[in-house]
Amino acid sequence: MSDSVLSVRNISKSFGGIHAVRDVSFDVEKGEVLGLIGPNGSGKSTLFNCVLGQLRPDRGEVQINGHRVGNMRASRLNKLGVGRTFQQLSVFPQMSVLDNIILAGQEHHGNMATRLFGPSDAGLTKEADQLIAFFRLEHLRDEMAGSLSYGQQKLVDAAMAFMAGPSLVLLDEPAGGVNLTMLGNLRERLETYNREHGTTFVVIEHNMEFVMSLCTRIIVLAEGAIIAEGTPDEIRSNQQVIDAYLGG
Amino acid sequence: MTRKSILFTLVALIALILVPLGQGNYIIYVLTSWLVFSIAAMGLNLTLGYAGQISLAQAAFMGIGAYIAALITLAGYHWVLGWLAAMGGTFVIGLLLGYPALRVQHHFLAFVTLAFNTLVFLVLRNEDWLTGGSHGLVGMPRPNFFGLSTGTNLEFYYFTLVLFVISGAIFYWIVNSPWGRAFKALRENPVRAESLGVDTRRITLLAFAIGSAFGGGAGAIMSPLVQFIEPGSFAFIHSLKILLMVVVGGAGFFFGPILGAAVVILLPEFLRFTEGYYLMIYASLVIVLMIYSPSGLIGAGQKLYARLRPGRETRKDMEKGAQL
Amino acid sequence: MSEFFQLIVSGLSTGSIYALAAVGFTLLWQASQTINFAQGEFVMLPAFLVLALSVKLGFPLWLAMPLAIILAVLILGVLFKRLVVEPMIKHGTLPLVIATIALGVLLKEMVKEFYSPLGQPFPSLFPQDVVTIFGAVISIPDIANFVIAMGAIVALQLFLGGTRTGRSMQATAQNPDVAQILGVDIKRMVLYTFMINGALAAIASILITPIYLAKFSNGETLGLIAFIAAIVGGFNQIRGALVGGLLIGIIDNLSATYVSAEYRQALPLILLIVIILIRPQGLLGTSEGRTV
Repeated sequence: MSDSVLSVRNISKSFGGIHAVRDVSFDVEKGEVLGLIGPNGSGKSTLFNCVLGQLRPDRGEVQINGHRVGNMRASRLNKLGVGRTFQQLSVFPQMSVLDNIILAGQEHHGNMATRLFGPSDAGLTKEADQLIAFFRLEHLRDEMAGSLSYGQQKLVDAAMAFMAGPSLVLLDEPAGGVNLTMLGNLRERLETYNREHGTTFVVIEHNMEFVMSLCTRIIVLAEGAIIAEGTPDEIRSNQQVIDAYLGG
Repeated sequence: MTRKSILFTLVALIALILVPLGQGNYIIYVLTSWLVFSIAAMGLNLTLGYAGQISLAQAAFMGIGAYIAALITLAGYHWVLGWLAAMGGTFVIGLLLGYPALRVQHHFLAFVTLAFNTLVFLVLRNEDWLTGGSHGLVGMPRPNFFGLSTGTNLEFYYFTLVLFVISGAIFYWIVNSPWGRAFKALRENPVRAESLGVDTRRITLLAFAIGSAFGGGAGAIMSPLVQFIEPGSFAFIHSLKILLMVVVGGAGFFFGPILGAAVVILLPEFLRFTEGYYLMIYASLVIVLMIYSPSGLIGAGQKLYARLRPGRETRKDMEKGAQL
Repeated sequence: MSEFFQLIVSGLSTGSIYALAAVGFTLLWQASQTINFAQGEFVMLPAFLVLALSVKLGFPLWLAMPLAIILAVLILGVLFKRLVVEPMIKHGTLPLVIATIALGVLLKEMVKEFYSPLGQPFPSLFPQDVVTIFGAVISIPDIANFVIAMGAIVALQLFLGGTRTGRSMQATAQNPDVAQILGVDIKRMVLYTFMINGALAAIASILITPIYLAKFSNGETLGLIAFIAAIVGGFNQIRGALVGGLLIGIIDNLSATYVSAEYRQALPLILLIVIILIRPQGLLGTSEGRTV
């Protein structure tokens, strides 16, 4: 338990009388890419929000790098080494791509005083440029993020999650609304990043193909509980999963 | 800074130096108060246009600054001390006022500051022993700097211009520092900013406190400018006036509040021929502006420019509006 | 003791009128996230409509008042919604706040310029007599004002809770997306809300103006009090605005007697700041959650 990056222990959460998540436990090891899938209303988002400290579970606890996460402010969580992306577009539209990326790193460098009196880029331009190059966004570096295409903004969004060198990145439907070419590019970049940096990913996704090709392990939720867990191949052939998705 | 904006700033500065020459006292006085209000509006622009919080107490902060500076100079100390004390004092009050208000929902700062402005007015009016009550304070001396006097209106205009440039430079510095980046991020997407490690609560509070300190600084210049301050000059309606300056000019643009202050202060002079109707015309113009260009005159200018030269994006964030 | 009782009763009376303005304010916020900074002027204006109809046009008072209420519903409800709020709502809250501030100035200046800058006597609906209850002297207008204002709020509650349209309006306020899916004509419901606010403001205006004089600047204090009442009670609730209004009315009356005149005005403001510090959701409000 102590060497896992993320540890979820017996989480339950209900709203009114509805049990959104029922006694869910799992661990994620360093460097793993875990997929979290399930039909609509299966409790994925509730679970995700419990992990992010946005919701306080009724029972159970979540630990990230050995720290207990419970109703923690998002900025604290981020300082603990957790990067995340959002389902809907979440760039800063009236800031350049470069500024978006620098912002994602600046709060991790220096202190309040150096951020006021120090250099305007917090000394991060080089690092930001590397990340921009990694996501192949060089030609868009000085464009306003809001003027980019949807897929490009998704890439910027993803890049921001990596800027502070997190140990765990939570990706909330990264493939949603992205076209096929861009999707391949995104998947390949995420894989490469994982390989080069050993960063742990947890991915929530509807796009089966994307999850199956990106993740090393997959957890399937239905009606708030884990119904299957295994490698993509195992999940693909699991009858219970097929039933859950086909509404059996 | 691009070469174009450096050039623009230089031309503007030269214009500001030349403009009062040969003008009568009244015009010079109007120009000086435009510069003073520009400083106050600049501060509110930081709170509103950059950090996205509505403060309705900028006039109260000006008032606090004006009274602090007045009391210090009347006690025989140099004005610079009064100026620094005014900014420091309003910064601290901003922190104390903003902390509880920003702990909770967005629109509360608007209401807390609204109440605060009225409270400040009451204290200024009722505490005769300190503030002179409704008679106010008179006779604040205009300062000397190393033998240079600011006694005449023209001299005082240049003195104010120097302070205006200093304030503008500080503002520019802050907005272009990592803090400024965090302010902008906060305005555009606070949830995302928080998830990237920005302590939004702290940074909002700082934006508000710094914005308030600009108000205090402007007030400290007001004292020796008018040499007579009374509570009525800092009532709630004047906070609305400063808010209008920021919004009419264009919140979130560096030059927005400066332009806005010009419009709010000079337009009444132009509309004087309409006599009693000018406030009505003025209010109607504001409503129309808000319908067609919520990002103010600069936003409207950009839109026009974008239409003439297609392919450029205009800013969209003020259309979404700051979360109240 | 009887003096105290008298003060409480007259406090409840003015408080119930404040509550009318505060309830309308809350309704607008719920229905369309409109923070109406012109609410005070909305309460100031209808009194002048009555005066214009009766004094200038010669209508009898019994006709001028209902006509003024109808005009208020049209001007402060329909026109306000169509001409100011609707074209701006897509821009978000801030431009609308600015626009309502400007609208307040506009209304005030229009009354000052086209009617009169001086305070005008305004007829009271009720005889200025007093009755003695348990040794306390209570004025008839106080009782009548309280009954009418409370009656209007109770009627509103019954309408919102007991009719199909009322429930649709509530659904729209709570969750417009769901309401739309359920087939509610959201735009119409929001328009109704604005019309109700116009009517509430008009009733408040007719009740409160006899206490002072009808003056263009009456809205300044009234608007602030409506805010404070709404927040103190709980910003997202009608009941909250009611309690807030009554509370401010009582405090107002008590402080007029027991607190120095200089700081009388400050008490509601201090109450506001204290409430925001210790119970930001208001006395009766439920928490909307923290920001971010």
